Amino acid sequence: MSYPVRSAERVGGQVIQLLHNTGHAMFMLLEATWFIQFAFGKRSRHETVTQLFVTGIKSLAVISVVAMFTGMILALQTGLELRRYGQEVYIGSAVAVSMIREMGPFMTGLIIAASVGSAIAAQLGTMTVSEEIAALEVMSINPNRFLVMPRLVALTLMMPVLTVYTNILGIMGGAIVGATQLGVSVTSYMNNATEFATNKDLYVGLFKAFIFGIIITTVSCHQGFMTREGAVGVGKATRRSVIISFLVILVVGYMVTRMFYI
Amino acid sequence: MIRFDKVTKVLGRKTVLDNVSFEVGEGETFVIVGLSGAGKSVTLKHMIRLMLPDSGTVSIDGEAINLLGRGALREVRSKFGVLFQSAALLQWMNVRDNVALPLREHTKMPEEEIISRVNEKLELLSLDDAGDKFPSDISGGMQKRAGLARAIIMDPKIVLYDEPTSGLDPVTSRRIDDLIVNMRKRLGITSVVVTHDLHSALAIGSRIMMLHQGQIVENAPPAGFIKSKNETVQSFLESQYITKKGKWEELSHE
Ligand SMILES: Nc1ncnc2c1ncn2[C@@H]1O[C@H](COP(=O)(O)OP(=O)(O)OP(=O)(O)O)[C@@H](O)[C@H]1O
Ligand SMILES: [Mg+2]
Repeated sequence: MSYPVRSAERVGGQVIQLLHNTGHAMFMLLEATWFIQFAFGKRSRHETVTQLFVTGIKSLAVISVVAMFTGMILALQTGLELRRYGQEVYIGSAVAVSMIREMGPFMTGLIIAASVGSAIAAQLGTMTVSEEIAALEVMSINPNRFLVMPRLVALTLMMPVLTVYTNILGIMGGAIVGATQLGVSVTSYMNNATEFATNKDLYVGLFKAFIFGIIITTVSCHQGFMTREGAVGVGKATRRSVIISFLVILVVGYMVTRMFYI
Repeated sequence: MIRFDKVTKVLGRKTVLDNVSFEVGEGETFVIVGLSGAGKSVTLKHMIRLMLPDSGTVSIDGEAINLLGRGALREVRSKFGVLFQSAALLQWMNVRDNVALPLREHTKMPEEEIISRVNEKLELLSLDDAGDKFPSDISGGMQKRAGLARAIIMDPKIVLYDEPTSGLDPVTSRRIDDLIVNMRKRLGITSVVVTHDLHSALAIGSRIMMLHQGQIVENAPPAGFIKSKNETVQSFLESQYITKKGKWEELSHE
């Protein structure tokens, strides 16, 4: 076969593989969504609560630091610019709006994808290669209810909660920089922030966080289930889950902003 | 009871099963032997539709399982207990919860009854002290036995054992062998056992099948198996110091 035909075949094969995998992931997500009605039932309650706890607590330290510094950087960056026009007071609204709309959900999503998402992919990947998933199937225990659904519930609930936390810390970080570096008092900073940030900004931000929760769960669970080739495969699945989550979060984040603001 | 009809399975570039047909009768202890990579685990996985044949059919109790819907597949799988090669215990649950899992998932049994049933099985497998331990804190042999306890907790009609005694000391291995024989004698359970250990195969099997390069090279009762004229079987027997004139000469299970 000639080179162009072969490479066309390979690309075609990869596209089919991609569509196949996406379909697979979507089916998993739909089924897990259907099972949410059993999230706090007798059989799944324990796992759901565990996952909520793990998701909420695990990354709190990193999120706190990142949120704080994101707010501080935003304040410093825009503050220096605004000072040239003597408009430093506006850092309140600049920080609040960008945190609530964009940076809050985005930063939280990235951190959760890197910490919780990668852990999910590693755990489910290990379970796949050590035949634990097969064992569940033989026992007629649906992995999408038993494993995916509790993680879906945990991530979609905790992502918005953590985003609110990120927003608060970010805005506080901005206030500190404003007060110490730019001579904007905390009161006028807060007044300015609350004056310009709208409820719509908050809702869109939280909606994004919710969507990011779905994305991280779907990508990392799916990568876990697709793991092959033992321990090496687990490493690959973990890395891929983080990269794919990042990419999808970026693209979808952009699309949501477009949808609501243009 | 279990029937393979011209089953072919290609994995990667390798034809792991090549037009394989055999049948396991009710109440048999059917032993599958073969070198590493011969397709023994793959054969077991076909019985519970963890893998689908590329061509051919697998039937359980006269019912082809290739095309079953979810509900029917569940029904078929409920006839089986499976001990996986890696034991496949859930790492975040202790042994007792692992063994109790099928009962908790599929029955409305009160907790006290679940615990007493689980303890009964743990005792049967000499795991009385291990109930509260986690899989990562017990030896490979204990994990195997815990996996076996889980496999039989729902009192299945058929039990599949993927290398039940590998990694176990000889004494415990013989105890597992006895257990397999007992389950057949007392409860009429059908067993399919994958093993490398020919001594145990000859002792417990009602029939022994050897797989080699995707084909069945021998399928006979123990007495017939050791007399096999097939060269692969011969060298397999010799590798474990079993000769035709050995004490298995007079063994017969049928
Ligand atoms: N999911 C899979 N994908 C690709 N190849 C596979 C898969 N499962 C098994 N194989 C291949 O099929 C062949 C048979 O594997 P199988 O696990 O059945 O061997 P086995 O007889 O059980 O060997 P062992 O005694 O080492 O357990 C091997 O070459 C293996 O690499
Ligand atoms: Mg095997």
